[in-house]
Amino acid sequence: MLKIESLSKTFHANTANEVRALQNVNLILENGSFTAIIGTNGSGKSTLLNAVAGTFEPDTGSIHLENHDITHWPEYKRASLIGRVFQNPFAGTVAEMTIMENIVIAMKRGQRRSLHIAVTKTFRGEVADRVRTLKMGLEDRLDNPIGTLSGGQRQALTLLMAAWTRPKILLLDEHTAALDPKSAAKVAELTKIIIEQEKLTALMVTHSMQQAVDLPDRIIMMHRGNIVEDYHHEQKQRVRVPDLMSTFDRVQKRELFDESVAGMLEEQYI
Amino acid sequence: MSLVIGAFTMGLILSLLSLGMLISFRMIKFTDITVDGSITLGASISAVFIVQGYSPWLAALFSFAAGSLAGMITGLLHTRFKIQEILSGILVMTALYSINLRIMGRSNIPLLDVKTVSTGTENILEKMVGGASRINILGWQVPTGDLAVFITCSIIAIFIAIILSCFLLTHYGTALRAAGQNPQMVRAQGVNNNTMVVFSLALANGLVALSGSLLAQYQGFADVQMGIGMMVWGLASIIIGEALVGRSSIGLTITGVILGTILFRLLIAIALRWGLNPNDLKMVTAFFVFAALVAPGWFRTLSKKFTGGLRYAKN
Repeated sequence: MLKIESLSKTFHANTANEVRALQNVNLILENGSFTAIIGTNGSGKSTLLNAVAGTFEPDTGSIHLENHDITHWPEYKRASLIGRVFQNPFAGTVAEMTIMENIVIAMKRGQRRSLHIAVTKTFRGEVADRVRTLKMGLEDRLDNPIGTLSGGQRQALTLLMAAWTRPKILLLDEHTAALDPKSAAKVAELTKIIIEQEKLTALMVTHSMQQAVDLPDRIIMMHRGNIVEDYHHEQKQRVRVPDLMSTFDRVQKRELFDESVAGMLEEQYI
Repeated sequence: MSLVIGAFTMGLILSLLSLGMLISFRMIKFTDITVDGSITLGASISAVFIVQGYSPWLAALFSFAAGSLAGMITGLLHTRFKIQEILSGILVMTALYSINLRIMGRSNIPLLDVKTVSTGTENILEKMVGGASRINILGWQVPTGDLAVFITCSIIAIFIAIILSCFLLTHYGTALRAAGQNPQMVRAQGVNNNTMVVFSLALANGLVALSGSLLAQYQGFADVQMGIGMMVWGLASIIIGEALVGRSSIGLTITGVILGTILFRLLIAIALRWGLNPNDLKMVTAFFVFAALVAPGWFRTLSKKFTGGLRYAKN
């Protein structure tokens, strides 16, 4: 279970570029749940994901994962509990190293890296079996450098690597956004399959409304560093893309209204 | 012949320097200038211990440890104190100049008529040939001493190459190689990137100092100036090795680096024989490295122009 309590983060505080990326965010993710975060650019959705991943320290608030208070854990230490897939297909793997070596690095996540030879025959069989489940024919190319694969294949492997050690939470940061439509659909399908098979808890940032409706069982909408909508259970069952779009409009209009009307009122009455 | 054996021996000794730099420059991608200081550190520590009568092997081990410490400091300056890579190296290198003078007590220590790492091999060889000072190999008369040094250095270089390639194939070594290529990825896989940088620099500079120790024993002196330009020599050797053998696997990369260093020393020996002024050596090497860094880009643009022309021809 992931528990985020009154989490705030301001970037470039006290400068002209001040960004209040997260404002007192509270969120609880149940075990085995798959949640999507949607929102406009700069709404704080990626910041929320990165706060869990540990790329920065929050100003206030706490993050608990299972029984650990990970608020002040460095990024590499959290990795023992967290699997991640990045937006950039090249970010999650090492291009110059082989598929096998990349997977071996992921297999040892959260464990001591010993002085035993990494790529052995026993590993090879296990890796080939799991890579076969991707149905991309990569099991025959385990000794090829990962740089020779397409973005979609690399992202599928990154996903497999992220889920390999059954992390307490899987973080997906717009992981299909940089792929062509066909690969994106394939990776999205794999995402659903892997999360269901391994019964993972997952948090996914996405720009695609369709993906948010299709894949997860909960949708959170963020705006200006706040969670403004939370579609859960039956609500989530009913929600369709047009509903999300209209909510987006409503949220944005409310903001326009707030600023202009407040300004007008101020002029007239104060 | 003694010229060739000399170049080979020198190449084998300096291949340890190149292997160290392979780890820092190529694997962890750290532009580490500590090298110029740590090779002298290795030489001066070994010189002092050998002159005091310690075993040359023990002296070499001390050199390795001291070099590792120097590399570790460079790494900590960069990771802990957030000083730029190059500046961290420059700071340690500059400090090492004074430290080396302190260790030696003067700017030069001669190592004549002392035990070196090759003394044992020389004794065995002399027993085998019955005390002759020269050995006939394929019609060449080779001094026994030179051959002993050559054999000893080959054994050391091969031993270290094997250990290093095995290490780089372990779980730890694999993570180390990944850390240089994609720090973001290894952090997400639970590896402390900073630890990897510090460890790599320690290992790299340990090997460089070991190379300095052997160099001092072979040359017969340790000098506070001997490290100047060593980094560029190592880089040139690595580039030649990559051009020669490629880097499709760890074993090949390491073999390539050793062969590259030997070839580089041979080229230098030939150039000097042809009358290259030794004073110009470092400038020529610097120019060579420049050319080797820039040439691939030129070739790429050239080939693009060529294939571009082909495309137009098809249309």
